Amino acid sequence: MYVAVKGGEKAIAGAHRLLAEERRGDPAVPEISLDQIEQQLSFAVDRVMSEGSLYDPELAALAIKQARGDLVEAVFLLRAYRTTLPRFADSLPIDTADMAVRRRVSAIFKDLPGGQMLGPTFDYTLRLLDFSLMAEGKPADIEVPMSASDPMPADAPAQMPRVTDLLVADGILAAETDDGERPADITRIPLSFPADRATRLQALARGDEGFLLGLGYSTQRGYGRSHPFAGEIRMGDVAVELQPEELPFPIEIGDIELTECQMVNQYKGDAENPPQFTRGYGLAFGQGERKAMAMALVDRALRAEELGEVATSPAQDAEFVLSHCDNLEASGFVQHLKLPHYVDFQAELSTLRALRAAHAKRAEAAE
Amino acid sequence: MKQITEPPEHAPRRRWLGVLARASRAELEAAKGLIEQRLGPVDMPRFLRRPEIGMAMVRGRAGGDGAAFNLGEMTVTRCTLQFSDGRLGCAYLAGRRLEESVLVALIDGLLQDRRHGAALADDVIEPLAEALAARRNQRLAKSQPTKVEFFTMVRGDGRP
Repeated sequence: MYVAVKGGEKAIAGAHRLLAEERRGDPAVPEISLDQIEQQLSFAVDRVMSEGSLYDPELAALAIKQARGDLVEAVFLLRAYRTTLPRFADSLPIDTADMAVRRRVSAIFKDLPGGQMLGPTFDYTLRLLDFSLMAEGKPADIEVPMSASDPMPADAPAQMPRVTDLLVADGILAAETDDGERPADITRIPLSFPADRATRLQALARGDEGFLLGLGYSTQRGYGRSHPFAGEIRMGDVAVELQPEELPFPIEIGDIELTECQMVNQYKGDAENPPQFTRGYGLAFGQGERKAMAMALVDRALRAEELGEVATSPAQDAEFVLSHCDNLEASGFVQHLKLPHYVDFQAELSTLRALRAAHAKRAEAAE
Repeated sequence: MKQITEPPEHAPRRRWLGVLARASRAELEAAKGLIEQRLGPVDMPRFLRRPEIGMAMVRGRAGGDGAAFNLGEMTVTRCTLQFSDGRLGCAYLAGRRLEESVLVALIDGLLQDRRHGAALADDVIEPLAEALAARRNQRLAKSQPTKVEFFTMVRGDGRP
C-alpha cells in the first residue's frame, strides 16, 4: 500500500545538487567529454546500446556520463529517451553474411573460407595491468598494424560465408526456417507465454549481460547441458535497409556495428530425420561478444521443448529467463523497496506484536 | 555496400541515397556546391516533411538466415522536400543528423533533374562512393594483420 508522503522536496533538491557535484568530481580534474567516452570506453557504450535497445553511440555516451558510469542506470536513461521518439519504420532484416567483417573466429574449423581474423580482441592478452596507460600526456607506443595507405590485400574476400551456411549445405546442421511472418514486438505487446523464438530473441537481445552470462554458464555446468561449440563469432559493420513511406523501393540508411555468435550444439535425430547438430543464436549491438555468446547459449537452452528435450533447469524455463533478464525491470522492482512502505510496515508490526503477545500469554499459561 | 540487383529503374536513385546516407556533412555541402555550379543557385523547395528524428526497429534473423526478429531500435533522421515540378527529395539517415537530412533530400531532388540529373549523379555520387569505399577498406585493412595463419606441428620423437 502506498500513501502520498509530502515533505521531502528540499532534501530531494539537495540530493540532486550533491549528485551533480559528485558526478563532476574534483573540478581540478578535466571534465570527461562524450567523444572520449564514445571513443575510449566503447565497450560500455556498446553494452548500454544493446541493453538500452537503441543504437546511438553518442546518446549512450551521454547516458553513461550522466549516470556516472552506472551502466544499468544509463540503460534506464536510454530506454526512457526512446519512448519520446516516433518509430518511422521497421528495417528489412539485416544480412550478417554481408557484414564488413573485422573479427571472425571459429572454434570448429581451423581453415574456413575467408579465414580467421582476431580483430581488436582481449583474447590472448596477459591480463596484467598495463602501467604505461597511467602515464599521462605520453601517447602510448601504438604499433599501427597497417598504414592507411596500404591497400587491402587482393585476396581479401569481400564477403565471408557463415560457417553455419556451410554446415547446413552439408546437411549436418539443422537449417533455420522462415515462415515470413511479422515478428512479435515486446515493445508494443508485452511479453506473454508461451513465447515464440522471435519474442525470446528480442527479449534476450535487450537482456542483462550478467544475468544471461550466468545462465549460459549454468548450461555449461550441467543445468540444461547442450554441449555447445562456438561455430562462428563475427563482428563488423552491417548495412541497414528500410522501406520509406515516400519511396517505392527500400534504401540503405547507413551501417551499424554488430557482433554475431552461432553456437553449434548437440545433435538430434528421430525415426524420420537423420541426426543433425542444433543451433543457438546471439546478436548484439557493437562489440558485444560475451553478450552474443551468452545469448546464443540461452537461446539454445530455451529451445528445449521445441527440440523434444526435458526442461529441468532454470536456463530452459522461458518464463523464468525472459521475465527476469531485463535489468531495467529488475532494477526497478528491487529498488522500489527503498520507497516509503511505512503503512505496510505498520500493519506487519501490529500483527507481529499481537502474535508475540499471544505467544507470551501461552508461555505464561504453560508455566 | 550491398549489390543492388533490382528493380532496375530505381537502381541509380537507390544507390545514390545509400551513398549520400553515409557521406559526412562536409562532403554533402561540397556536393551541393558542385550541383549549384552546374545548375546555378538552387531555390529551396518546400518541406513536405521537416527534418525530424525518430527510430527504426532493426530486425535480424534467427541463425542469420531464419525467421526475422526485432533486435532493437536505432535513431534515424528523415526529411522530405517537394520541388515546384512535383519531384520529391527524400532522406532517411542513420543517427541524429537534422542538417544533413535537409542536404540529402535537396541533393536527391536535384539529381532527379530530367536534363542534367544523370550527368550530375555521375559527377557528384561517384567521388563520394569512392571516398566511402576507401574509408571502408581502411577500416577493414586494419584487421588484416590479425588474420591467423595456422600451421601444424609434425609430431616427431625420433622414431621412424
